[in-house]
Amino acid sequence: MRLDLRGPDQLRIPTIVAGLAVLGAGVALTALAAGGPLGVLAWFPILAGLVVAARGTGADRAFRWTAIAAAGIVLLVLGVIALVMIDRASPVLGKMGLAFFTSSRWSAPDAVYGALPFIWGTLYTAAIAVVLSVPISLGVALFITQVAPRWLKKPMVYLIDLLAVVPSVVFGLWGVLVLSHHFGLGRSFLTAGIILGIMITPIITSLAREVIETTPASDKEAALALGCTRWEMITATVLPHSKGGLVGAVMLGLGRAMGETIAAALVIGSALGQITLDPFAPGNSMPAVIANEWGEADDMHKSALIALAVTLFVITIAVNLIATTIVQRSMRRSRGA
Amino acid sequence: MLADAPLEPGALRRQASWRATKSAIMTSLMIAAVIVVAVPLIAVVWSVISRGAGVAASSFPDFFTREIPVVSRRAGPGMGPAILGTLLVTAGATVIAVPLGVLGAVYLHEYGAASRFARIVRFMATVMTGVPSIVMGLFVYLTWTMTFGYSAFGGALALACLMLPVVIGSTEQMLRLVPTTLREAAYALGSTKSRTILTVVLPAALPGIVSGALLAIARAAGETAPLLFAVGAATRYNPDLLHDANTALSVQIFGNATSSFAAAQDRAWGAALTLMIVAFLITFAARVFTARFALKR
Amino acid sequence: MRVEITEPTPSLQRTSGQLIHLEQRRSSLALEDTPVVLEADEVEVFYGSFRAVRGVSMKIHKNQITAFIGPSGCGKTTVLRAFNRMHDVIPGARVGGRVRYRGFDLYAHDVSATEVRRRIGMVFQKPNPFPKSIYDNIAFGPRANGITSKAQLDEIVEKSLRAAALWDEVKDRLRTSALGMSGGQQQRLCIARTIAVEPEVVLMDEPCSALDPIATARIEELMRQLKDQFTIVIVTHNMQQAARVSDRTAFFTVEVDGANDQRCGTLVEYDATAKIFANPSDERTENYITGRFG
Repeated sequence: MRLDLRGPDQLRIPTIVAGLAVLGAGVALTALAAGGPLGVLAWFPILAGLVVAARGTGADRAFRWTAIAAAGIVLLVLGVIALVMIDRASPVLGKMGLAFFTSSRWSAPDAVYGALPFIWGTLYTAAIAVVLSVPISLGVALFITQVAPRWLKKPMVYLIDLLAVVPSVVFGLWGVLVLSHHFGLGRSFLTAGIILGIMITPIITSLAREVIETTPASDKEAALALGCTRWEMITATVLPHSKGGLVGAVMLGLGRAMGETIAAALVIGSALGQITLDPFAPGNSMPAVIANEWGEADDMHKSALIALAVTLFVITIAVNLIATTIVQRSMRRSRGA
Repeated sequence: MLADAPLEPGALRRQASWRATKSAIMTSLMIAAVIVVAVPLIAVVWSVISRGAGVAASSFPDFFTREIPVVSRRAGPGMGPAILGTLLVTAGATVIAVPLGVLGAVYLHEYGAASRFARIVRFMATVMTGVPSIVMGLFVYLTWTMTFGYSAFGGALALACLMLPVVIGSTEQMLRLVPTTLREAAYALGSTKSRTILTVVLPAALPGIVSGALLAIARAAGETAPLLFAVGAATRYNPDLLHDANTALSVQIFGNATSSFAAAQDRAWGAALTLMIVAFLITFAARVFTARFALKR
Repeated sequence: MRVEITEPTPSLQRTSGQLIHLEQRRSSLALEDTPVVLEADEVEVFYGSFRAVRGVSMKIHKNQITAFIGPSGCGKTTVLRAFNRMHDVIPGARVGGRVRYRGFDLYAHDVSATEVRRRIGMVFQKPNPFPKSIYDNIAFGPRANGITSKAQLDEIVEKSLRAAALWDEVKDRLRTSALGMSGGQQQRLCIARTIAVEPEVVLMDEPCSALDPIATARIEELMRQLKDQFTIVIVTHNMQQAARVSDRTAFFTVEVDGANDQRCGTLVEYDATAKIFANPSDERTENYITGRFG
């Protein structure tokens, strides 16, 4: 008896060709109509062509290729971002060379651009933010996982998540109108550091909580059974176990603090940027400069700002990558994978 | 031996010792940390509500419907265009980023597995989650705004680029939670892979995917930097997605925060209140979804 | 072909209860040789470079229940999954040798795995109903194979649930979630779901191991009823179940390659159930049956 075990997965070439032809016609129509009302009509042949071609390749295969294309868009977007930004940044880098990163004089009218004060500002405020935020975040994470009674845990996690959802611009608004104006803290590295610290606390806390919770209960129980106090149990089992993940969490928070534009721009002071350790001095950071100076910048100035953006990008990416690798490796190790 | 000696009356009572005290100190420090975290949250929410509600309530519903005063020192309400702008931009970004993100995650988890392409994409998606929002804003400016001018669509594009890697990451996590045995059951019934994904896997992971997407949307709604470069600063209603400058709540807050005019500052607080309510509502919806429908871990 | 049944030897006293039952059944009807539905020819399965099973050659006959028994790790499930191309979903898995269904090579390059699985269904060890309604679970297979008419689907759902002895219990709650049923009911649902696409062969991978004895008994009764319509191959770690239910039994075992400490499963003996349990030809089979190992 003839049994046909071949399935619906076969290629039907004529259908594919027909579909592609219709698609091509649609694209040509779009090019010709270019923006006018007819252009909208062109979408129909394009879509129809796609559908017919898809049926020709078989629904299963077509779906797979659609999914691959969607995944590929990530690469496409990143690639284009990198290309465009580097291209636009090259004029100023050509002019200033490495001095762009090492000199401190930034003067648009004189077309001299030294980014060092802004790099310093970004790093310094991020450092302040981390120093302020890490002990708090760690304390909260330990509280939620080790101390809090069961009924308190969920509300606490909600509280932390709420902090994460408050838009950064609202924090910036509060910072500029309340912290710096009302409480007279002024615009300075410190004010910016405080705001950034508040913003990165939920991130570090959530991640720290996840890492801490992977500590095997048996280890903790063993410590307690030996007569350790709660704090001794934490230092003996939880902290050594979570060390790697905690470091990663902190670095992730650092990355966020460095890339945060708006809150910083509002409260940092936008002075021309001094390299000083005085936290009360007004300063500037890379994202703040870009946001504040873009509106009236000429071409070379814009190129300099773009170069700043690229620098920021590279530093943030590097920190994030290191952080993710550390966190992943420590999670993998602690799960016994 | 300990066991032989008679048990003194107070032997099992808690000892006062340095160790116990130290542990208690540490615990109180942890509690202090929690309080320190609660303080700014409460302070910010309090400021926003008290100052923002004043403006919004005194001129209700004008605040939500009137246009923004062009001359910023003029008192009076009007964040209507900004509200519409935020809605347009966020909705546009969602429509672009969510389907692409879910499909991309489907590829990564269901088809790609350990292939090199999948690993590279996953890696790049992680890299993309760390792109500072201002970089994305500049990028959209250089590519879209310079060619097509300010528009809500440009803003939507910028936000979509920010949302895409987040949606991919959270969706992949949800797909991982779907038990393999469900897929096997579908294959064993003669279902193709694409059909299995569309009719078994995605429906099973849907609540988690939705809540992940909602969280990404909530974060996108609050973004400012990309919109500064893509959307412009209109003061009148502009429902046209593709043409002409628009505005958004976050942009307005940023602009008015540095103004020295009390009226403008008031509007900023009102806008902040609106934005926060929107963000909280979306997050709340996401939590409800997870709690009621999600797969048991 | 009549099967000779010898006197149960003293060492087989433990299973003699079932054997007498078996003997009564077998002696009254001949074990006719129905046509061969599935055939394995020197089949081996590799995971990467690791050979999990080798040397499997057997013929599965229509409308009979064939049982695979053996200690854990001997490859019974691996061989079962090779019959409906389930190894395709595991990256790096490869099936060597030939598997033939009604004479056609299942692994030929232009054969569609989905078509194969429509004809050779599978029930899994742990009941795995979809998180959908009972109706949608049963209708899933027919829908995937192109049936969309509501009337047809209604009919198929009722027929399958009746065949799985589940209709009376669930007919009033077809639209409720399948996850609300007990384990035994869920497994019967999975069986109903599998037979809804009207396969010729139903493969069952330890279908009762997650169930209590009463649910197990009901499923075994179900298998006997289904035998008239379908061909059943069942993997089981429960020897008594194999003796109760199957017409033919295949015994697998693990061979340890002393040189490089590799474990590989292989088929030892395959014959009528009565013969395997009463008078096995291979010593390893006898050792397993009498409980000396495994």
